[in-house]
Amino acid sequence: MSETPLVELTEASRRFVLGGQTVMGLDRVDLRIRQGEYLAVMGPSGSGKSTLLNLLGLLDRPDSGSYRLDGQLINPLGEQTLARLRAEKIGFVFQSFHLIPRLSAAENLALPLVLAGWSPKARAARCASLLDQLNLSERAHHLPHQLSGGQRQRVAIGRALALSPPLLLADEPTGNLDSQSGQEVMHLLESLHQQAGITLILVTHDGALGARAARQLRMADGRLVSDSGAAEGAVPRGEAPCA
Amino acid sequence: MRLSDCLAFAHQALTRHRGRSSLQLLAVAAAVCSVLLLTALGEGARRYVAAEFAFLGKDLLVMLPGRKQTTGGLPPLGASLRDITLEDMAFLARQLPRVRLAPLVVGNSQIRQGARSRHRPVLGTTMTFFTTHKLRLVAGSPLPDVPATQATPVCVLGAGLAQELFAARSPLGQWIRIDDRRFRVLGVFHSASSNLGWQLDDSLLIPVGSALALYDTQALFRLFIQARDGQPLSPLAQRLEQLMRQRHQGNLDVTLLQPDAMLATFSDIMATLTLAVVGIGAISLLVAGILLMNLSLVSARQRTAEIGLLKALGAPARLILQLLLTEALLLTGLGGLLGLAVGYGLVTLSGWVYPGFPLAIPPWAALAALACALGTGLLFAWLPAARAARLPAVASLRGRL
Repeated sequence: MSETPLVELTEASRRFVLGGQTVMGLDRVDLRIRQGEYLAVMGPSGSGKSTLLNLLGLLDRPDSGSYRLDGQLINPLGEQTLARLRAEKIGFVFQSFHLIPRLSAAENLALPLVLAGWSPKARAARCASLLDQLNLSERAHHLPHQLSGGQRQRVAIGRALALSPPLLLADEPTGNLDSQSGQEVMHLLESLHQQAGITLILVTHDGALGARAARQLRMADGRLVSDSGAAEGAVPRGEAPCA
Repeated sequence: MRLSDCLAFAHQALTRHRGRSSLQLLAVAAAVCSVLLLTALGEGARRYVAAEFAFLGKDLLVMLPGRKQTTGGLPPLGASLRDITLEDMAFLARQLPRVRLAPLVVGNSQIRQGARSRHRPVLGTTMTFFTTHKLRLVAGSPLPDVPATQATPVCVLGAGLAQELFAARSPLGQWIRIDDRRFRVLGVFHSASSNLGWQLDDSLLIPVGSALALYDTQALFRLFIQARDGQPLSPLAQRLEQLMRQRHQGNLDVTLLQPDAMLATFSDIMATLTLAVVGIGAISLLVAGILLMNLSLVSARQRTAEIGLLKALGAPARLILQLLLTEALLLTGLGGLLGLAVGYGLVTLSGWVYPGFPLAIPPWAALAALACALGTGLLFAWLPAARAARLPAVASLRGRL
């Protein structure tokens, strides 16, 4: 394959010690994700979805095996570099939104820009265009508790997009929403994938939601047990290769 | 991140947790204020005593009866305590013609003028007392230059007492009664300073001979010796001791004090005491610091999710530390300034209420208190902040905002 994959995990493992016992959060996972893919990671709770997401999002590092993001080997990088890469390359969307309650919608949205040291002027411009894109312009000065769940998640998505990262990681983005708001949020995420070509990784235990993605990964006990796009990516370990 | 954004973020975080922030603010303010007030008390006491002694010149020795010893032990048996008498003074005057001597006999008497009556200190002395104690004659003449032993029924009133007895009238040439004896007023004097507790202005002076007769005694309360033309005091004191020993059959039963040296010693002691008192104040700063640390810990724990989020948004640990420390510095800085304001306010207020005992905050104390507050704030916020900054983002994000 000539094109560099956006994500390339090779035999990546992550162990946790819980109550004196070693638990394999991630067990020798091989995974390649190309630029612009839309994939869903599914599996019961404790199957390693969140560990995988943390790893992909540079919030955690593999104990063994390697991780290349956009061709760059992550393992040896220091905390500062990881933080910078996280800001540039990765947007997070969480189940519980994680908006800062004391900041208004616009301020929450601008937070990555503030942290990255943008000037107030540049921030205001970027913020306005994002709010417009998300249909939140009228809600810009509301505090999170004054917003509906769907609006909050849209603010969180705007925040994830603020620095235009190529990779969007969404952890159960509809888990705390009613079905209609959930639908809206899913449409928004998918339109970002289709129109902006953003690489979207969706973690969910909802099979129907997962089925919308072009590629589905299933996890159990820290291992990748099936990958609908395995032919283009890697062979899932622990499964007999398809004959 | 820009500094202005950092400050704005910290400010928002502080105003959001208003209850906790104001508690911390109060703790810091109280600590800084207590350091200031304690320093002001110490410094005020030092200045007060310095002012009290200042009217006694640098060239003055005080002789008092009895031997004040710091070596301990009982006085030897049979060593009788002898008074200092006018004969002693005359003897010293013959031996040391170059020094000024002022005797002092002190009593408390009923002073009456017409229907007015006051209980006031009566000082029996000579004209020389005006020089040794820097008294200023406001009206009339000073005590007559008569032999010390002669009892003359005249007096010089302190300005305060003259005002009390005669109000606006001139007391000169009037007669007053001290206990049951009549004295004629020769003059009125004013003394710039007070003498540890009682004001000279509230007393009156009579010739020493009259005072000895009035109180039926031979004993002088004090003998003031003023050296002339820059004569060093220590050799003079030794000479005086030697002469008094000679007079008193070989017993040294008087004590000589050097007010100036005492003042210097006292000033040193007060400075040390002030430092000790400031140390106590510093403990309150420490307590405030520990409270601050405790609250910072709670704050960091409550905000783990926020810290995790900041990490996910690309903030490195250093930036998170910077944010938390900015909060702490902002808080202690404001608290410190509040403490300074309250401290200076209280000191100014006390200056109005007790003008006689002026408190003073030395500028170094204000600066040191503020610096200490900032230092404590930084030190005690550092630990929890560094811990929070090191926390792995994954763990932090499990907490909810």
